[in-house]
Amino acid sequence: MLAIVDSGGANIASVKFALERLGVPGELTTDPEVIRAAERVILPGVGSAAEGMKRLQQRGLVDCVRNLRQPTLGICLGMQLLFEESAEGPTRTLGLLPGRVARLSNSPGIQVPHMGWNTLRVERASPLLSGFAGDTRFYFVHSFAAPLNEFTLASAEHGSRFAAVVQRGNLYGVQFHPERSGAAGAQLLRNFLALT
Amino acid sequence: MLARRIIPCLDVRGGQVVKGVRFRDHVVVGDIIELARRYRDEGADELVFYDITASSDGRTVSTDWVTRVARVIDIPFCVAGGIRSLDEARSILHSGADKISINSPALENPDLIGALAAEFGSQCVVIGIDSLEDSGDYFVKQYTGDPTKTRSTRWRTLDWVREVQRRGAGEVVLNCMNQDGVRRGYDLAQLSSVRAVLTIPLIASGGAGTPEHFRDVFRVAGVDGALAASVFHTAAIRIPDLKAWLRTQQIPIRL
Repeated sequence: MLAIVDSGGANIASVKFALERLGVPGELTTDPEVIRAAERVILPGVGSAAEGMKRLQQRGLVDCVRNLRQPTLGICLGMQLLFEESAEGPTRTLGLLPGRVARLSNSPGIQVPHMGWNTLRVERASPLLSGFAGDTRFYFVHSFAAPLNEFTLASAEHGSRFAAVVQRGNLYGVQFHPERSGAAGAQLLRNFLALT
Repeated sequence: MLARRIIPCLDVRGGQVVKGVRFRDHVVVGDIIELARRYRDEGADELVFYDITASSDGRTVSTDWVTRVARVIDIPFCVAGGIRSLDEARSILHSGADKISINSPALENPDLIGALAAEFGSQCVVIGIDSLEDSGDYFVKQYTGDPTKTRSTRWRTLDWVREVQRRGAGEVVLNCMNQDGVRRGYDLAQLSSVRAVLTIPLIASGGAGTPEHFRDVFRVAGVDGALAASVFHTAAIRIPDLKAWLRTQQIPIRL
């Protein structure tokens, strides 16, 4: 069973529908027991870091998410919450990955939010990223981004380079939206579903 | 490098996709889900659905077709039409839309822009602006979905664009009304002047007739996306051909 943490964000329906298209029903839940028992967990999220953390706290899910041992995928804000802190607020976040999420800076030709289809640069090979060509594009929509560090599997560039895909043990995160990234996004979700 | 976006726009009325010329005289062009599927398969980068009469009728888009679209397509889509409150926005976003676009309601109540951005994040909040030229300047129009209700506002377009950005909008779609549906090209001068005052993404709308019009609006006006309806609905321009050609013109494009 796959659990989608119902963090109240706006992209939850999209994530659930994307999994249904792959023939893998996800259970939308805020029940820590259900989440702990799931084979895999997805932590979606759209909105502000403060709102995202508040929703996890209100539902009593902070410790539950911190202690997950199964493959877990944070999407967009769900990935940003894995880090220590977000400049958005600022907000203390889950602290499962080192570093501070910062605002992207705009400059001529670089609009913020970073919105649209961009490419990845693979920094470290991973089964999560298997099957993609160098010009494969994924759909991004965000104003804040995580720094590059030893846990970065792939980076993307928008003005400056930021972490687009991360992994630490069983925890994965993607800054883009695989549920809205066409065939490439479906492949990434299949890769996640195949992780052991 | 971020790709420039090609965005088919589906004007929705009474549950079907329609198209008019200069915002009038609408004819039915097809079923919402069928067209959404077709554009997804052809490589559209995003879809926009405008319930064109919702705002002037004082009602909000229904969410049942939003959910049906969200189930079927795997590219982002934006929904517009009479969204006047946080609750209405929430129900559309939770039905599976990625963004909401507000136009007339933002003019009625500019505070709504900031409230939506605070609740859902700026990236969800698109402001649609209908801009019409008058004596050498551009002004914002309201309730353009129904010609009998359309009215002028006190806003110069450039002032309103600055205002919505200051209030937390995440993207602007500029509908250049003089150009709408007539296929003579995007309004490059107006779009360039709006581009110059925005740090958020800008989408051009109104006037696409040839592949060169798309190239020029990216190259000359520097917009992030180009929206069009009739040339795609009639297959006068096919999206795969357009995108392949734009790539030969050194425009960064997702194929």
